[in-house]
Amino acid sequence: MEQTNFQLKKQDAQSNEWSARLHHATRATREDWMGRGISYLCIGVIILVVASMLWFITSKGLATFTQNHVNVWQFLTGTNWSPDTGHIGAAPMIVGSFAVTFAAAIVATPFAVGTAIFMTEISPNKGRKLLQPVIELLVGIPSVVYGFIGLAVVVPFMRHLVGGSGFGIISATFVLFVMVLPTITSMTVDSLRAVPRHYKEASLALGATRWQTVSRVILRSATPGILTAIIFGMARAFGEALAVQMVIGNAAVMPKNLISAASTLTSQLTSGIGDTIDGTLPNNALWSLALILLLMSLFFNALVRVIAKRGQLKHER
Amino acid sequence: MLKQYSFEKTAVQTFDDSVSLALKTDNLQVFYGANHAMHDANLEFPKNQITALIGASGSGKSTYLRSLNRMNDGIATVTGKIWYHGVDINEPDVNIYEIRRHIGMVFQRPNPFAKSIRENIVYALKANGIKGKDELASRVEKSLKGAALWDEVKDNLEKSALSLSGGQQQRLCIARSIAMEPDVLLLDEPCSALDPISTVKVEETLLELQKKYSIIIVTHNMQQASRVSSQCAFFHLGHVMEYTPTATMFSNPQIPVTQDYIAGSFG
Repeated sequence: MEQTNFQLKKQDAQSNEWSARLHHATRATREDWMGRGISYLCIGVIILVVASMLWFITSKGLATFTQNHVNVWQFLTGTNWSPDTGHIGAAPMIVGSFAVTFAAAIVATPFAVGTAIFMTEISPNKGRKLLQPVIELLVGIPSVVYGFIGLAVVVPFMRHLVGGSGFGIISATFVLFVMVLPTITSMTVDSLRAVPRHYKEASLALGATRWQTVSRVILRSATPGILTAIIFGMARAFGEALAVQMVIGNAAVMPKNLISAASTLTSQLTSGIGDTIDGTLPNNALWSLALILLLMSLFFNALVRVIAKRGQLKHER
Repeated sequence: MLKQYSFEKTAVQTFDDSVSLALKTDNLQVFYGANHAMHDANLEFPKNQITALIGASGSGKSTYLRSLNRMNDGIATVTGKIWYHGVDINEPDVNIYEIRRHIGMVFQRPNPFAKSIRENIVYALKANGIKGKDELASRVEKSLKGAALWDEVKDNLEKSALSLSGGQQQRLCIARSIAMEPDVLLLDEPCSALDPISTVKVEETLLELQKKYSIIIVTHNMQQASRVSSQCAFFHLGHVMEYTPTATMFSNPQIPVTQDYIAGSFG
C-alpha cells in the first residue's frame, strides 16, 4: 500500500513537470503571437480605412438628399445640371458614363478576344512573347498620357472625320477602348489558358478543326472568364476620369449623339471639385456622383462573383 | 537499378499477305525537341483485332499511339511512315481532320465536354458536316448502343455528361468516337482512371467493338492486355522490343527484357 502511494506521488510529480514543460511559452509560440498580431494590425488598419471611406462617401453623398432635400428620383432622372441654381439632375452624367463604358467594352472585346486567341492558340510561343510586353506596357501608361494623345490625335481626327468639335462620346470611347484593351486581353488570355487541355484534345481527336475547337469548345468553356474580363474592363472604363475628361468636352448636358460634347460622372467630379465650397449643395451634389461611382464599382464586383460562381458550377465534375 | 538490355535483340512479328492490315508503321521516330522518345517502330496492326501496347511508364507507348492519328502535331516531331489504306498519313500535306475522322482516339482520363450527353456525340458529327435531326438521332443511338451505354442513359440524353460516373463517361467518349464511324480506334490507357467494375464494362465493349473496328489499346495493366488483345507489343525505353500474339507474349516471351517485364522484375 505504502509502496503504491509512493509510486503514484512520483508519477504525479513527473506529470506535473511534463505539464509545465509542455505548456510554457517558447520562442516558437511567441513568434506565432507576434506574427498573428502584426497581420491583425494590418488588417485592422485596412478595414478602418475602407470603412471610413465608405462611411464618408455615403454620408456626404446622402447629404444632398437629407440636408438639401433633393428628391432622389429627380437626382437620377433630371437632365438639368446646374448646382449653382439648385438644379441637380445627374442623368446626363449617368448616361455619359454608361455610354462610354459600354461602347468601349463593345469595341474592345472582339479585339481583345482575337488577340487572346492568337496568343494562346495560334502562336502561343512567339506571338505571346511578342505581345505580352506590349500589353503590359499598355497597362502601365499613365492615363494622362492616354488623355493627351486623345486630345492631340483622336479629337482632331474625329473633328476631321465626322465634323463638330471632335470632343464627345466617340473620342472618349476610342481612348477608353485602348485603355481597357490590355485589361480584357490579359484576363482573357488567362481564362483561355485555364481551359483544360483535355477538352481541346478531345475535340481535335474527333476530327474537329482548329477553328471549330476554338470557337465551340475553348471559347465556350472560357466564357465565364471572358465575361469577368469584360466586366473588369468596364469597371476600369467606368472609373477612368482624367483621360475621359480631356476628350469628352465636359458639357453637363444630355448627349444627343456620339460627337457632341458630353460628360461622365468622373469627368464632372474632377472638373467640378475645385470650384465648390464644402457643405454647400454644389459640393454635396458632387459627393452624390461619387456615391453612384462607388455603388457601381460594388455592383461590378458583385457581378464578377456571381459569374465566377456560375462558372465553377458548370465545371464541377 | 534497371538492368541494361540490348536494343539490338528484338522479336517483332510481321504478317504475310493473307492478313489484311488496318495500319502499319515503318521506322517511326518521335522527338520531343532533342529527346528521342521513340526509335524505329515497325509495327503492323491487323484489321478487326485488338492490339495491346504494353510497357513501363516512359516506354513511349502513348507517344507512339498519339502519332498514329497525328495528335502529336505541334507537340513532337514524328518521322517515318504511317501506312493507312496504302497512303502515308505522316506526310505533311495529308488532311489531319480527315485522318482523325477515320482513326478515332479515346484518352486516359474520361474527357467529355461540359455539355449534355447528346451534345457530346452530336458535336463531332456537326463539326464534320453531318446534319439532319433524324440522322443525328440515329447516330447518337447507334453509337451509344455500340459503347454499351444506351440502356443506362437513353432516358437522360439531355443530362450533363459530367454527371455520369467515370466508367460511363469513358464509354461516352468511346461512343463519341465511334459515332464518326472510324476504321481504327486508338485507346490510351482507357481504364486507368476507372474502378474494376467499370473496367470490365469497357473491356466487354471493346471485345464487342473489334467486330467492326480495328483497335489499338495502350495499357499499363498486363492482365487487361491478356484479357482483351489478340496481338501484343512490348515497348521499352522508346523501343519496340517484342511483338507477338498475346498468348505467346504471356506464356513464352522471346527475349530477356520481355521475360523480366512479364515476370514483374520492373515496370
